[in-house]
Amino acid sequence: MDYTPTQSGFRQRKLQPNMRQRNSSADGLEGSQLFEDTSGAAHGLQTGNQQAGPQAAGFTGQSILSDPMSNLAMAYGSSLASQGREMVDKNLDRFIPISKMKYYFAVDTVYVGKKLGLLVFPYMHENWEVRYQQDTPVAPRFDVNAPDLYIPAMGFITYVLVAGLALGTQNRFSPELLGVQASSAFVWLIMEVLAVLLSLYLVTANTDLTTIDLLAFSGYKYVGMIIGVVAGLLFGRPAYYLSLLWCCAAIFVFMIRTLRLKLLSDAAAEGRLVRGTRNQLRMYLTMSIAAAQPIFMYWLTYHLIR
Amino acid sequence: MAFTLYSLIQTAILCINAIAVLHEERFLSKFGFGVEQGVGGFGDDPGVKAQVLSLIRSVRTVMRVPLILVNSASIVLLLLFG
Repeated sequence: MDYTPTQSGFRQRKLQPNMRQRNSSADGLEGSQLFEDTSGAAHGLQTGNQQAGPQAAGFTGQSILSDPMSNLAMAYGSSLASQGREMVDKNLDRFIPISKMKYYFAVDTVYVGKKLGLLVFPYMHENWEVRYQQDTPVAPRFDVNAPDLYIPAMGFITYVLVAGLALGTQNRFSPELLGVQASSAFVWLIMEVLAVLLSLYLVTANTDLTTIDLLAFSGYKYVGMIIGVVAGLLFGRPAYYLSLLWCCAAIFVFMIRTLRLKLLSDAAAEGRLVRGTRNQLRMYLTMSIAAAQPIFMYWLTYHLIR
Repeated sequence: MAFTLYSLIQTAILCINAIAVLHEERFLSKFGFGVEQGVGGFGDDPGVKAQVLSLIRSVRTVMRVPLILVNSASIVLLLLFG
């Protein structure tokens, strides 16, 4: 009605986005808001900005003067939104270190392929050290030995889905069971990581293994579990046992070779016999962490193959 | 074995309660974990026993007040909701 050519083109351009934004904020108003129902303008202002409300009520008839008020409202609203977002980001970063997590998801297809191959056949790989670049480990994209969180996360989700599939073939499926499987596997994972952390503390191993690293290592066993369950579904129980045995041995060797470099002292890691209770304890710790993986692999999958 | 996250929380509360109620004089000293053998050397290798001891002591110190709060909250909740 009033947004006619009497106004300059500049004003008109500025007014259009205002109207659009007011449309999105004032939900209760119906009708074609693009034709500036100015009572709608005052309504939008009141819902958007309390302090400009009483002033805008006086200007209901004048769309030109309601401009600065709506601009003020827009600016105030957007600054509130960005403040809120900053606060959320800052607090979230305290609990879940998002910047550190990005390192673990910096993978590409080649890395994933090589890592999966390593998890299933670690016997030919020779150099297990993670390359460093000025004191920080290189991203997984560039070094196949670096731990990542992509494979464990995908493996976990795939495991839950495959478990649902396996239960379905036995007519034991119901949607709640998916949630039960997921939460119990997750709980076992957390307990395993906590147990490893506790034993690392007790043995006073000075490593640079972070909690997320341990989470990544504990998550690698899902790959073997999936292979075992799928083989069992396709070819029956003997295939399940065979493939599970193969994957258990592979994960055992993988974990020992990876943890050896991180937990043991340099001399012991190279294979020379080093005496001393400390190294012995660390060796036992490495062995038990590696041995716990096949146990969990069997424990979490045997009820799926009947 | 149907574990839920809730059972994990329950387990955690029970375990921390268990560590917090170990009394030094009456119980731990019988096992040689007593007060007088505390921190010992600042050597390179504290050993497992000293680590366990410091773990128990630190759990007792740090978690005393939060445990009181969490326990009272769970008592109230269990009374109300069974």
